[in-house]
Amino acid sequence: MSKRRVDLSVPILARVEGEGALDLIIQDGNIETLRLRIYEPPRFFEKFLEGRHVSEVPDMVARICGICPVAYQVSAVNAFESLFSVEPDPWVQQMRRLLYCGEWIESHALHVHMLALPDFLGYASGIAMAKDYPDQVRRGLKLQSLGNEIMRLLGGRSVHPIGVKIGGFHRAPDRLSISKLLAKLEAALPEAEAMLAWLNQLPVTGPAQTFTSVALVYPEGAIEQGVLHSTQGHRLLAEQFTEHVEEFQSPYSTALWSHLDQQPYLVGPLARLNLIKQHGEGSDYLLDMLSRNPRFPSQTLFDSMLARGIEICFALHESIQILKRYCQPCSPSVAWKVVPGTGYGWSEAPRGLLWHQYEVDEQGHITFARIVPPTSQNQARIEQDLHESLLAFGLDQTDEALQKHCEQVIRNYDPCISCATHFLTLNIKRR
Amino acid sequence: MERLRIAVHKFSSCDGCQLAFLNMGEALIELSEAVEIVHFPEAGYVDELAHVDIAFIEGSIVTAHDENRIASIRAVSNRLVTIGACATSGGIQALKNAAQSPDDWTGTIYATPSYIDTLRTSSAIADYVPVDFELWGCPITSQQIVTLVGALLRGVWPVDDTEKVCMSCKRAQYVCTLVTKGEPCLGPVTRAGCGALCPAFGRDCFGCFGPSDTCNAQGLANRFVGLGYQPERIARRFRLIHSTRTDWSVT
Repeated sequence: MSKRRVDLSVPILARVEGEGALDLIIQDGNIETLRLRIYEPPRFFEKFLEGRHVSEVPDMVARICGICPVAYQVSAVNAFESLFSVEPDPWVQQMRRLLYCGEWIESHALHVHMLALPDFLGYASGIAMAKDYPDQVRRGLKLQSLGNEIMRLLGGRSVHPIGVKIGGFHRAPDRLSISKLLAKLEAALPEAEAMLAWLNQLPVTGPAQTFTSVALVYPEGAIEQGVLHSTQGHRLLAEQFTEHVEEFQSPYSTALWSHLDQQPYLVGPLARLNLIKQHGEGSDYLLDMLSRNPRFPSQTLFDSMLARGIEICFALHESIQILKRYCQPCSPSVAWKVVPGTGYGWSEAPRGLLWHQYEVDEQGHITFARIVPPTSQNQARIEQDLHESLLAFGLDQTDEALQKHCEQVIRNYDPCISCATHFLTLNIKRR
Repeated sequence: MERLRIAVHKFSSCDGCQLAFLNMGEALIELSEAVEIVHFPEAGYVDELAHVDIAFIEGSIVTAHDENRIASIRAVSNRLVTIGACATSGGIQALKNAAQSPDDWTGTIYATPSYIDTLRTSSAIADYVPVDFELWGCPITSQQIVTLVGALLRGVWPVDDTEKVCMSCKRAQYVCTLVTKGEPCLGPVTRAGCGALCPAFGRDCFGCFGPSDTCNAQGLANRFVGLGYQPERIARRFRLIHSTRTDWSVT
């Protein structure tokens, strides 16, 4: 192996949500330094939530992330409702699940078609890819739009929707809107399944890696609620999260890192499907899709894109079932009263587990907030993956090839750096 | 028509206003044919300092590095348009500006505060460089982008719509949450543009499109006092997404 010294600085890594950087130093054919650096300056949400009333929190935390605002709203209301011993009625639970399905479809369809697929098919952008794959890209954008439409039904808009409150929703949708949307979704399901079949036959491969998958498990398939499981046998409730997950700071990242019992772990679509396969808990449609796909459970990280494809179909199918059963409620929400104390809540954001903790005083004001987003949890795993992937790929590859490969590995996690606290700049040095 | 060269830049934000482009669906492909996208990292275009006709700016200025970056971007952009609350008024994260000691906040969240490098404030783009047009909203809508680009493609300067939420609410015939329920609705002092979404959902507007022209915030605050709201609650109401705006300062 050559002992050349190369200093390479590429200003921005594209197609990720937010800003970060990767530093890579290769010395005598070995990786000397490899750092995933998230340098988006912190926005201090956890601090300025203090002093706010619990009823203000869903609209505030939505603004942590434009791509997964529903995840933030739902994890927050879950925390307050568990503290206040409020049991949302089945209508509320179903509508929350439907809203969340919309976010999964929107976020996954965006990631698969505009952010990830260009890597696998050799394009710089989804728009450039659309020239050679016009039907596939248009189908993807259409699915994304349908996800947004589901969110608009219950939230008025897909970015920072305004429908969610503690106890339920501000308004129940009318029957006409329901039947119109149902017809659109039913027409789209075969298209989503065709998309999945297309993704399934793409030559996407990579080496298997050893890692722990962490996700919520729920009989119908975890989205808006569930119990945490890991492929190491963990079984945890939201209030037990910090007994096993430790957050720590590194000098080069503004996002806090997380370890599960001192080890990196994976959250997100691939982790979810691995746990569903392990536990056999999920909707019949989802279990049937998984049983027909020999690639799951999978330790191959690049199967994450296929996992997103499966989840798009699942979320679309689930939305159809919920809309078919739709009944107009007497009230779109249940009443609640403040109970002071500490509340814990979580849910499965499109990119993985999202955990919230709030301390609330007698008047219902927040005195302490703590939020652990999925990308922080995946940070250590991404670095570990980069190490293994680069060694398997070969360090004597050209700088251009190394950079492309690193970017692909990182993008595959759908990192939402805005959430984690944001762009990747890649600095490669060889000595 | 000549193709406009556009760039979309991101500063401190949630990425939600860039979605006004990425959520256009198939119209995004059409837009990419009508304009030349030069820089838009999230969509895969990277050429930060290329000369453009319009630079769209999302996010607020929160680091010394941001200050330098926005100056460089301004130097290569014919027109500079801010998109969203963060870029136009500092955004929700500007709530730290009013804190007694935001420096201490770093210490309460991070074990080693010295690793974190931020300015004391989160500020609007216009505090640092001249801005040609502002798109308000938290988030902005795809319609705002389409209207603006459509006008510029035809060589027309877009009209700044400063109407209040109340006007669109009345036209849509939504029930007034302030009058009928006594809720502290900010519709009378907030820019239109959202379609009066919150009143449509039976709830009071919380002002995500920012202050309208000639708004009487203090008058509305007095009305809230009359409805029995405590001063802290009223202050919190006005101080949320556009907390830097003095036209919404109430006592």
